[in-house]
Amino acid sequence: MSEEQIKYLEKQFEERIARDEKIEPKDWMPEKYRKTHIRQISQHAHSEVVGMLPEGNWITRAPSLRRKVALLAKVQDEAGHGLYLYSACETLGISRDELYEQLHSGKAKYSSIFNYPTITWADMGAIGWLVDGAAIINQVPLCNTSFGPYARAMVRVCKEESFHQRQGYEIMLKLSNGTPEQKDMAQDALNRWWWPSLMMLGPTDAESVHTEQSMKWKLKRKSNDDLRQQFIDQTVPQADILGLSIPDPDLKWNEEKGSYDFGEIDWDEFWQVVKGHGPMNKERMKARVGAWERGEWVRDAAMAYAEKQQERKEKQVV
Amino acid sequence: MILESTNNNQQSTINNNMSKTKNWPLWEIFVRSKNGLEHRHFGSLHAADADMALENARDVYTRRNEGVSIWVVESKNITASNPEHNGEMFEPAQDKVYRHPTFYELPDEVKHM
Repeated sequence: MSEEQIKYLEKQFEERIARDEKIEPKDWMPEKYRKTHIRQISQHAHSEVVGMLPEGNWITRAPSLRRKVALLAKVQDEAGHGLYLYSACETLGISRDELYEQLHSGKAKYSSIFNYPTITWADMGAIGWLVDGAAIINQVPLCNTSFGPYARAMVRVCKEESFHQRQGYEIMLKLSNGTPEQKDMAQDALNRWWWPSLMMLGPTDAESVHTEQSMKWKLKRKSNDDLRQQFIDQTVPQADILGLSIPDPDLKWNEEKGSYDFGEIDWDEFWQVVKGHGPMNKERMKARVGAWERGEWVRDAAMAYAEKQQERKEKQVV
Repeated sequence: MILESTNNNQQSTINNNMSKTKNWPLWEIFVRSKNGLEHRHFGSLHAADADMALENARDVYTRRNEGVSIWVVESKNITASNPEHNGEMFEPAQDKVYRHPTFYELPDEVKHM
């Protein structure tokens, strides 16, 4: 294809997106669109999968059967979300194996928040409330993104996500209304998860490299800073209901703006964790790769069984 | 979702590699939400055989009573039209306005037809 032809196709393509038309996998698309989508959708899928690890840690130690079935269901949802997203990503012509390879080799990233440890039961509350809360704010606009399979996966994910946040908040509520020790535990979890949750919404707009193009393709509908402000404004009153305090001395309602002012985020910490130096990066990858490797014989056995059954069926026909 | 795949040739090579490395093939999942409705494409997943595809589809796509019936079809068995040929495929229907009721002019006195 000549350069001119490509330019023409690209122009048509951008116009389709501007008209709110969806792009489906077999449609012509610029190579950059494909690559960007593979990167973002796979990062999203990896985050769901790695996101199971910090919570899986507490399933066997949940304080009651009610909490246990809820946490189990939440972790199972995350596996499901990972699968929806991997499938959407595979429509762009990359195989599941390549995607796993990229995760396991460290080539692909996942959300940094999962590189923090879950040291008390209250962390299950804080993750559901804050981490899933921030994820919802990130994900809801993606239900209208331009790439059809991604948008459809996100619709399903968002429908299921609200239970996650509510179950987390309920855990926080119970602890906050419990004994002084339980309330301290809830406050401690909020102290540890607050800042990483704010970082989850991504670098500040000035630092964010992909924003402009992503806005055009509707991979992003609002800037990171706008999303962060939205998250803070909706979460602070929820902390008030719990009777817990947000660990930010600079947090203050700004009457003029109609929103909260907040303190400086420690971006050095964020970049350290992104680069692999967070408290749990190594542990998470070890658990993930280990599970994949230990499961290999099971996957092979299932395939061998399927092939044998198939052969048997074919023989019967003869 | 092979039927949504970007490039059939590329996908079939992936499938060939899969059988060598024993990777589970891809299946397309169709779910009937309730009786009276058609089965609708819900997504896809990997499974070793049809039985496993059904079980996995149950766990992946119907965790909240989203379905009363599931079909699974191995993706490689689906033949899909190519959007590059959408012209010859679908345009012939565009100039056949006489297939629509509004093409026929009737006096206003004729109600409900």
